[in-house]
Amino acid sequence: MSVTAEQVTFWIFAVPLVVTAAGVVIARNPVYAAMNLVAAFFFMAGIYVLLVAHLIAFMQILVYAGAVMVLFLFVIMLLSIGDEHLVKEKHKAMQLVGAGGAVALVAVIANAVVTAVEGRSWAAVGPDFGTVKAVGRVLFTQYLLPFEATSLLLLVAIVGAVVVAKERI
Amino acid sequence: MALEWYLWLAAILFGIGLVGVLMKRNALIVMMSVELMLNAANLTFLAFARQSGNIGGHAIAFFVIAVAAAEAAVGLAIVIAIYRTRGAVNVDEVRALRE
Repeated sequence: MSVTAEQVTFWIFAVPLVVTAAGVVIARNPVYAAMNLVAAFFFMAGIYVLLVAHLIAFMQILVYAGAVMVLFLFVIMLLSIGDEHLVKEKHKAMQLVGAGGAVALVAVIANAVVTAVEGRSWAAVGPDFGTVKAVGRVLFTQYLLPFEATSLLLLVAIVGAVVVAKERI
Repeated sequence: MALEWYLWLAAILFGIGLVGVLMKRNALIVMMSVELMLNAANLTFLAFARQSGNIGGHAIAFFVIAVAAAEAAVGLAIVIAIYRTRGAVNVDEVRALRE
């Protein structure tokens, strides 16, 4: 892919990504926030494809935009939050200062990291980079123990979610 | 396209998610902001994986997605439990430990 084509594709995905991500935070109604988040996940998957991470982009849409967001929407519907809960956000001055300070800290760290990596060129990658085959080989050799631990974690999460959310067991 | 652009994009998304976590009162939107921050971390992993040609970053991103799914399931279960016992979805109203 030529440099200009990559740049155009990057901006096509990046600008709506930031806009929809901001929409998540700005929206007062959780349903609007969830819809913005679904859109943000799709644009994020586009960025992943640009980074030659095809499997992760696919999983992003399957797991995040599919499973996790359906779970969020189910809970929003289940709680059936009336308008009285959608109060206008009242922020204390301390909250604003804290959020501003935290964002400034993120900006400083990001600036330091970016200056540290400035001028690094892209490594040449083979045609199977980011495919199921390549990622699967690493997952089942080098990362086998974390992979199995993840299956245990998911089991614990399933049991925990049922125990916490169920009225009577 | 340089690596820096991807890192700045991830930093902006992380900042947006951080503002959401710190300032929103609705517990559901707070959790969505956490998902946004995890996605920003994933983007950084994948950008560095592409830059160095090391596939290990993809494996880490895979684990982050799995952990985020587990976190969403447990977190939403807690939100349901709190709503059932206290009728509250605003994080400011849940302060039994503070008082």
